[in-house]
Amino acid sequence: MTEIKDFLKTLISLPGLSGYEEPVREVISREWQPLVDELSVSRLGSLHALKRGISPEPRPRILLAAHMDAIGMMVTRITPEGLIAFTEVGGLDPRILPAQPVRVFGKEPLRGVIVQPSDRLLPPSQKGKPVEMKHLLIDTGLPAEEVRRLVKIGDPVAFDTEPLELPDELICGHTLDNRASVAALTVCLQTLRRATHDWDVYAVATAQEEETLGGGLTSPFEIRPTLAIAIDVTFAKGPGVNDYRGKTLDGGVVLGWGPQSHPRVFDDLKALAEHLDIPFEIEVYPRASGTDAYAMQIVAEGIPTMVVSIPLRYMHTPVEVVSLNDIRRVGRLLAEYILRLTPEDVQKITWEEA
Amino acid sequence: MKALIQKLVETVGPSGYEEKVREVVRAEIEGWVDEMKVDALGNLIARKGTRTEGGMRIALSAHMDEIGVIATHVDENGFVRFTTIGGVSPRTCIGGRVQFLNGVRGVIYMESLESATALPTLDQLYIDVGASSRETCPVKVGDIAAFDRPFLDLGGRLVSKAMDDRISVAVMIQALKELTATPHELYFIFSTQEEVGLRGATTAAYGVDPELALAVDVTRTGDTPKGVKMEVALGKGPAIKVRDSGMLSDPRVVRWMVETAEKAGIPYQLEVLEGGTTDARAMQLTRAGVPAGCLSIPTRYIHSPSEMVDYQDVQLSVRLLVALLSAPVTLK
Amino acid sequence: MSPATSAPQIGENQIALLEKLSNACAVSGDEAQVRRIVLEEIKPFADDLRVDALGNVLAVRKARTPGALRVMVDAHMDEVGFMIVEDDKDGLFRFVAVGGIDERTLPGKKVLVGSENVPGIIGAKPIHLAEEGETERKIPLESLRIDVGLKGGKKVRVGDRATFATRFWQSGVALFGKALDDRLGVATLIELFKNPPENIELLAAFTVQEEIGLRGARPAAYAFNPQLAVALDSTPANDLPVWDGSENIFYNTRLGGGPALYVADSATLSDPRLVRHFAQTGEQMGIPFQFRQPGGGGTNAGAIHRVREGVPSLSVSVPGRYAHTAVMLARLDDWQNTLALVYHALSRLEPGILQR
Repeated sequence: MTEIKDFLKTLISLPGLSGYEEPVREVISREWQPLVDELSVSRLGSLHALKRGISPEPRPRILLAAHMDAIGMMVTRITPEGLIAFTEVGGLDPRILPAQPVRVFGKEPLRGVIVQPSDRLLPPSQKGKPVEMKHLLIDTGLPAEEVRRLVKIGDPVAFDTEPLELPDELICGHTLDNRASVAALTVCLQTLRRATHDWDVYAVATAQEEETLGGGLTSPFEIRPTLAIAIDVTFAKGPGVNDYRGKTLDGGVVLGWGPQSHPRVFDDLKALAEHLDIPFEIEVYPRASGTDAYAMQIVAEGIPTMVVSIPLRYMHTPVEVVSLNDIRRVGRLLAEYILRLTPEDVQKITWEEA
Repeated sequence: MKALIQKLVETVGPSGYEEKVREVVRAEIEGWVDEMKVDALGNLIARKGTRTEGGMRIALSAHMDEIGVIATHVDENGFVRFTTIGGVSPRTCIGGRVQFLNGVRGVIYMESLESATALPTLDQLYIDVGASSRETCPVKVGDIAAFDRPFLDLGGRLVSKAMDDRISVAVMIQALKELTATPHELYFIFSTQEEVGLRGATTAAYGVDPELALAVDVTRTGDTPKGVKMEVALGKGPAIKVRDSGMLSDPRVVRWMVETAEKAGIPYQLEVLEGGTTDARAMQLTRAGVPAGCLSIPTRYIHSPSEMVDYQDVQLSVRLLVALLSAPVTLK
Repeated sequence: MSPATSAPQIGENQIALLEKLSNACAVSGDEAQVRRIVLEEIKPFADDLRVDALGNVLAVRKARTPGALRVMVDAHMDEVGFMIVEDDKDGLFRFVAVGGIDERTLPGKKVLVGSENVPGIIGAKPIHLAEEGETERKIPLESLRIDVGLKGGKKVRVGDRATFATRFWQSGVALFGKALDDRLGVATLIELFKNPPENIELLAAFTVQEEIGLRGARPAAYAFNPQLAVALDSTPANDLPVWDGSENIFYNTRLGGGPALYVADSATLSDPRLVRHFAQTGEQMGIPFQFRQPGGGGTNAGAIHRVREGVPSLSVSVPGRYAHTAVMLARLDDWQNTLALVYHALSRLEPGILQR
């Protein structure tokens, strides 16, 4: 069993842009293989892992979804000089891009850096302002013909920041949104490894969350879970995040409360965290959770959903920060919850008047 | 094929009111397909072929609907106010003509603006159908119209309203006629309500439940004076979509299309479109998910009454589609 | 004609039910109070009744005739409101809007918070302290607080929903209250369910989360798998005069004009066959109706018609002024005519309507 820190560092060193999750999917698949009974890949590219429960059929199913896809960029154009224009995949603030090292996944991976042309080379309206994404370029330093040979329109581009450890169990890097949750889901499976549980457990690393919530829309249609929990990251307090929307880095599990959180599941997870002394905070979202739960809830005849999050600083930058402690706490809470689920709990996940 | 294109583009069929287009398509493909049906949202779904070794259930979709307008109010002097169906820009409306489903024609003009360089908002536009009072106006609230502009054959280039997406409807019709043998169970979807949010393809794809899906639609180009920067041009062959703002094509589908084009010696372009999406998105996300892609026909001046395509691109698109559907598919 | 062909009437009991529904608090995502009323009202009449994963109430009344069309009729239980997001201590709470609310209508209103309907107020700064020019600017939502009293905070938790505390009242044909969008639809659907057209299988969906993206209706329609659908909602009557006396060309609908039939909104192009059928019913039965001006907005039909292989759908709304504020105004005659039109149009439905 891989130490979770090492696994996470591997995860965030891999590409896996939305729609192009194959490299990271293979590594997750290898890690989960000994922990589950069955592995498969959905038509859309989500990884489905099943660890069977022991209660009689028809057995209730819990789906745990953590999206594995990453934000990034995509090549749109190659200039005659061999510089590469690009567009974003997922939401990117163009102000964090200049001077950022990246990797272009052409015929072979190419290292490069995002550059902002100087004011004199840009429209006068851009002078002294943050340069719009359409004017930013990737410079690989290679001759134009070499770039043309190796790179084509539509090639994915990923951040090239190496993982960094900061004191006391903090990890910094790109794509911790949402590989941190993939790691938490892995902790959960590791915890369940030798245990038996009543419910079937479907661990799902979803594809394309950042663009279309595609995995969240399609995987539950195939699996038809009794209950589905999205595991994602949320804003940690820090520079730029000071109000109620920020949770505490290394402050524990974040339980989401809002329209995609079924009240019974929320109550149970909260009570369990208190019982187990796992620190937690509550995050309220008035309308949409911005996670796979938003998609999963309205699949087919509707699915009870819940959102569990990990606090993360500097979301959608190449220097996201999370605490390994929070990852372990989320993994443990989910595992303990699963261990306590009984077939009768299906009747409990209902609405007060029914 | 030009006659077919002309017939298709000159037929009136705004989103939700595709009936006349559907009848043209139905008459064209009658006898060339094994089975046809119209679903609850008006999609025409035609099956051709049965699955043999290496075959798949494949859905292809080109939308029949076009952008248009709908009357919201008739004022006391008989002027018709309207809102849009699909992405209509006020700047392509001024001086334009429309034709209502009941045959009434009219011209679009605008209130006087504060400055000569300002663009009107939609609220400042109206349709003049030649009436002089509310009572005598032949248009009432809820009536629907399409833009009115005759087909123009420039030889190598073709111009019309509703090239988006009748040109793809023509490509699909032509391809299904030229396709002599296929290992696949093919569903040609002539879809509805694409311009208002891929609605027809959403339900058609659910019904077909395909294992692989391809949309055929138009895409923008970057080859006009001081136009958008985009590496797609007229006359360089069909475009294979890698992404647009609503979808990431399945990389395996992109690879299959590229390899097929290269093997058949068909020139192609790779497309990354910033703005807009196609039926492929709806098909990709149906049920448990479907590997999906899009064959795009490069088109200038999309959503104006004078959309332009290159005839050779159109013919090459037919060839590519036939090549794609003639042989077994392995996604890798 | 058999007695079943006369439409149910709006009388004292129906108005009392609307009052109860209007006064209940059911912000999107927390529809318990309305769900309770709905269940209580329809339980004795339902051939099948369940509450689904999202909290939608799905109830079936079987047809009396074989081969009947299965028709889904939808009305959403939820209303716009607020969620408490931060405890500022001393009974003051920060909140955000759930659903589309114009923040300019908020200062100086009474609200109810949480499942126990704790009373509170949204106050405003005294005008004496307003700075030069301040009254010309919007009071931003971020600066408003819900105040439940110095010692009232114990009953309020972050995450609680809140909504306006308006009590329903009737004044002649005028009906005033909060959340008439869409309790008018809910009340109409309850009446239909109690007195159903006998020729159809009535699939009644009292749905959740409409105001935050038409979310409840999608799984509801998936579960019912209907042959056609009608969304009962309320739509703005923007029929006030224009400031300069010019013709109002953006009235949307007019109060007193009868039920509003939709041809197109941002979410749906109504099925033309259903639009025609409802309009013809109105004309032939002498029931006043109007066409809502095509344009923006959307109802649950937007979610329903795209489910599975598609569901021909239509929206019918009771016109109402001042939706999504503390006080909405609708007319008794519009409500009665909506109920009558929907009842008769459904009674006259024949399976042939779906042929192409």
